[in-house]
Amino acid sequence: MRTFRMGGVHPADKKISKDAAIEKLPLPKTVYISMGQHLGAPAEPCVAVGDKVKVGQLIANATGFVSAPVHSSVSGTVKAIETVKDLAGKPSKAVVIDVEGDEWMEDIDRSQDIVREIKLEKKEIVDRIKACGVVGLGGATFPTNVKLSPPPTATPTCVIINGAECEPYLTSDYRVMMEMPEQVLIGGTILMKALGVDKCYIGIEENKPEAIKKLSALAPHYKGVEIVPLKKKYPQGGEKQLIDAVIRKRVPSMGLPVDTGAVVQNVGTAFAVYEAVQKNKPLFEGIMTVTGDCLENQRNFLHRVGTPLSFIMEYSGGVPEKASKIISGGPMMGKAVVNIDAPTLKGTSSILYLTEDQTKRKAESNCIRCGKCVSACPMGLEPYLLNKLGRASLMDELEQHHVYDCIECGCCSFTCPAFIPLLDTIRQSKAAVMKIMKSRPKK
Amino acid sequence: MNTLIVSPSPHVHGKESTRRIMGDVIIALLPAVLVSIWFFGLSAIHLVCVSVLACVVLEYLIQKFLLKGKSTVGDLSAVVTGVLLALNLPVCSPWWLILIGALVAIGIAKMTFGGLGQNLFNPALVARVVLLVSFPVLMTGTAFHAPESGYLFGNSDFASTAMDAMSGATPLGFVKEQLAKGVAMEEIMATPGLSYTQLLFANMGGSAGELSAIALVLGFIYLLCRRVIKPWISLSILATVFVFAGALYLGNSSRYLDPVFHILNGGLLLGAFFMATDYVTSPMTTKGQVIFGIGIGVITVLIRTFGAYPEGVSFAILIMNATVPLLNKFQPKRFAEEAQKK
Amino acid sequence: MNTTIIFTIATLAILGLLLAIVLYIVAQKFKVEEDPRIDTVESLLPGANCGGCGKAGCRAFAESAVKEGLGSLHCPVGGNPVMQKIAQALGQTIEEKAPQVAVVRCSGSCDKRKKTTVYDGLATCSAIASLYGGDTDCRFGCLGRGDCEAACKFDAIKINPKTGLPEVDEEKCTACGACVKTCPKQIIELRNKGPKGRRVYVACRNQDKGAVARKACLAACIGCGKCAKTCPFEAITVENFLAYIDYTKCRMCRKCVVECPTGAIHEVNFPPRPAAAPAAPAQAKPASEPEAKKVDIPVEKKN
Repeated sequence: MRTFRMGGVHPADKKISKDAAIEKLPLPKTVYISMGQHLGAPAEPCVAVGDKVKVGQLIANATGFVSAPVHSSVSGTVKAIETVKDLAGKPSKAVVIDVEGDEWMEDIDRSQDIVREIKLEKKEIVDRIKACGVVGLGGATFPTNVKLSPPPTATPTCVIINGAECEPYLTSDYRVMMEMPEQVLIGGTILMKALGVDKCYIGIEENKPEAIKKLSALAPHYKGVEIVPLKKKYPQGGEKQLIDAVIRKRVPSMGLPVDTGAVVQNVGTAFAVYEAVQKNKPLFEGIMTVTGDCLENQRNFLHRVGTPLSFIMEYSGGVPEKASKIISGGPMMGKAVVNIDAPTLKGTSSILYLTEDQTKRKAESNCIRCGKCVSACPMGLEPYLLNKLGRASLMDELEQHHVYDCIECGCCSFTCPAFIPLLDTIRQSKAAVMKIMKSRPKK
Repeated sequence: MNTLIVSPSPHVHGKESTRRIMGDVIIALLPAVLVSIWFFGLSAIHLVCVSVLACVVLEYLIQKFLLKGKSTVGDLSAVVTGVLLALNLPVCSPWWLILIGALVAIGIAKMTFGGLGQNLFNPALVARVVLLVSFPVLMTGTAFHAPESGYLFGNSDFASTAMDAMSGATPLGFVKEQLAKGVAMEEIMATPGLSYTQLLFANMGGSAGELSAIALVLGFIYLLCRRVIKPWISLSILATVFVFAGALYLGNSSRYLDPVFHILNGGLLLGAFFMATDYVTSPMTTKGQVIFGIGIGVITVLIRTFGAYPEGVSFAILIMNATVPLLNKFQPKRFAEEAQKK
Repeated sequence: MNTTIIFTIATLAILGLLLAIVLYIVAQKFKVEEDPRIDTVESLLPGANCGGCGKAGCRAFAESAVKEGLGSLHCPVGGNPVMQKIAQALGQTIEEKAPQVAVVRCSGSCDKRKKTTVYDGLATCSAIASLYGGDTDCRFGCLGRGDCEAACKFDAIKINPKTGLPEVDEEKCTACGACVKTCPKQIIELRNKGPKGRRVYVACRNQDKGAVARKACLAACIGCGKCAKTCPFEAITVENFLAYIDYTKCRMCRKCVVECPTGAIHEVNFPPRPAAAPAAPAQAKPASEPEAKKVDIPVEKKN
């Protein structure tokens, strides 16, 4: 069985919410649709206060090449366009809509039928994906149409669909594969057509045997699609690691993944692509997991973008008493929630409750030079050294030791027996070094 | 709702901790300790207890009163040093010798450098070497004698036969002595007490930890299974000794010891499994570790064969410890590097 | 006598002598000719190598001063006396610069600003700032992890564990600006020391609306603008709900200090006010909570 060839750790699986079928979350009274839902330039609102909007109506335009439009997730009246605090408490512009009924745009195909025939042409597909505001749902929320328009220097050879879901606890991708397997496969086929390639791999970790079985049974009906079972190892779902695992090619330092010929898209993105292209449905819904060992009922929800997290928490039984940390995303790379009233974004994949025992960091002790961080680093860096250099602010040395290669997966901090917050320092150093490198005149 | 904890990712930590690792090393050393207790009873218990106690207490006192910092005895590293020190001393070492050893190990080799993780040299080995140089008579050869109180339990007949035959010296010391007298190797090897079986299960010379090769191998396997250490250092030491000593042996079998004897004897296994693999004083990367091991192997055989001392593992490891900062310059293979070459 | 000892000493002595000669010749041969004035200037400088002048160190300052002239170069550590000496040595004239000092513009001490989350990561301000607004509700305020303290080469700024805020030792502070550069929240500002070290400044950076700022911190500037209206010298501007006192215009009348409803305007090194003076609420009774809450009323009116 394939996996990436360097480093990695084995955090406990904890997919406790995997058997909870996706439920439709009820509509909140008010949604706060953020303009910064994606990586890149924030979108610019094109509605005014007092406007009536329908579900799926465009409410903000993309403002650059790396940007994405935003659509209304509800029907109702635009109440305000103001700054709202995101989950880290940082202010960002948002369109606030009071929900009235649930009236969808007429051109969205709301039937349950699976549309298999792909009518659109290559260029039309990319344009549709762009117009529907589809972004990568694996975490980075990079606009999908940008990934589908590779620079002329690179020739794509295959699509890799990321069904690894290597983060513990998260099950939203798994639920998508279990409940919408054909849509995912069609999505993969659409992506192949958009890129003009004839191979699509779907990488799934072995801890999801049912998903592997389900998709493998359907895959033969789709030309060029191959299911690739992967050994369970974190961070398998990292773009660079997944490419290495599936097609044994490595993304060069500071290079683009497409330099290896592979274009990686998340399972959720493939589903969103299917909906955008076949159903003309913009991306305004997302599938998210609400889970945690201290939570009584594990849930998977279909939420409308802009729903306040507190609404979802309330609906799913309230914040458990024991919970001390709320994370949006997985425990390895997710973000700690500061503001529970923050709205969901397109890329919101979970609310995870952790107790103090599970998450409180232990006091840091001396580095015993065990080298476990070096063995765990999937990028082949030396975290202990980067940490030392970083604390001494030795920028040149940090650059020589390739701190910019760090993918911030957290394997080093996870494994360190001395509880040194390696990634915390490395992340700071990386940002500082990248800033210096970018400010340098190009040769 | 609790006040929310906020931190950068990752939000969970693995099971690893310094304490757990040290605990594993202690468990891995248990077979060797038990073997020495089996044969020497009270005196072995005395040795281990005094050594461990001295190390822990010294570390605590130094941190509390000299450095005025937080005590870290809870991480068990002082216990590991204590056990290793005990295994590196002759069973009948007097208490003051053990105490001096502990003082050198903890006080000089560990704390002066800044405590756990900062020391350049393996504390237990520094202590052993200091004692070896300062008290050669106690540390080698005749130091090994049956305790006057007799054995608590265990096989006294077995031990005394072997001892009588070698007049109390360690096997390597005995061989070296005989070679110096001009006795041919074949004759020396015919001495009872030098058979492989005896070496494997219980050779009666040397330090407490060098008694049984099997016990040491058991501990090593445990460490590997628990993923505490990687095998590269140990294997490269053993392979180097085997090849180097083997070459000498093939060249002149009546002058040089055969390689298996080299490996099974003296502190080589103890050194290769437990001393050279000490995290703090060994290189980080596989490449560095292999070079480190080869260096130790070569120096060991050189000292054993051509040097003044019958045993050279401690010296070899300490010499190679000094090269670790240099060997750490070997960077691991980078993920992105290979792609660039393509 | 033991000949070995004599022999050893003799050998070593000769060896030493030979090597000294070699070293001397090499030093002479490869000597770099430099303007001797650079050395002179460098010897006049305090030698702190703090980088406060904008150059890499004192040597770089000296080189630049000799080669390009003093211009706007200024050594904050040495201050005017040192600069005058250097100007003299170089035969140039320079203007006197008002001595400056680092000022901490946050008064959200632990009792005034409640912690709303528990930060559990690397304990540096920069790490917190890159993650979120901070462990209180004020995202403009001091994070209290002491990046400034670590940056200070003169031991002049220290976090007071009681208030959780940095305090500047005016005697030691050289106004090199290292803390100003390192503070991720731009709390610290270099301000003129003022006559007899007297200064009036707004100790707050909160740019949220008054009500929001007030909720996060009892000592926050709520942008009510009273100070600006009171100021007879137009030294105070209010922008983004935050007042700022221009130290070049301020004449230290201290009317604003009395006027400020939250006590966000600080005065330092003034003699104590006469007891009969009109109530100076927050400054006189900084810790009394009910008093502070009473003055909350004008907040809502203003916003």
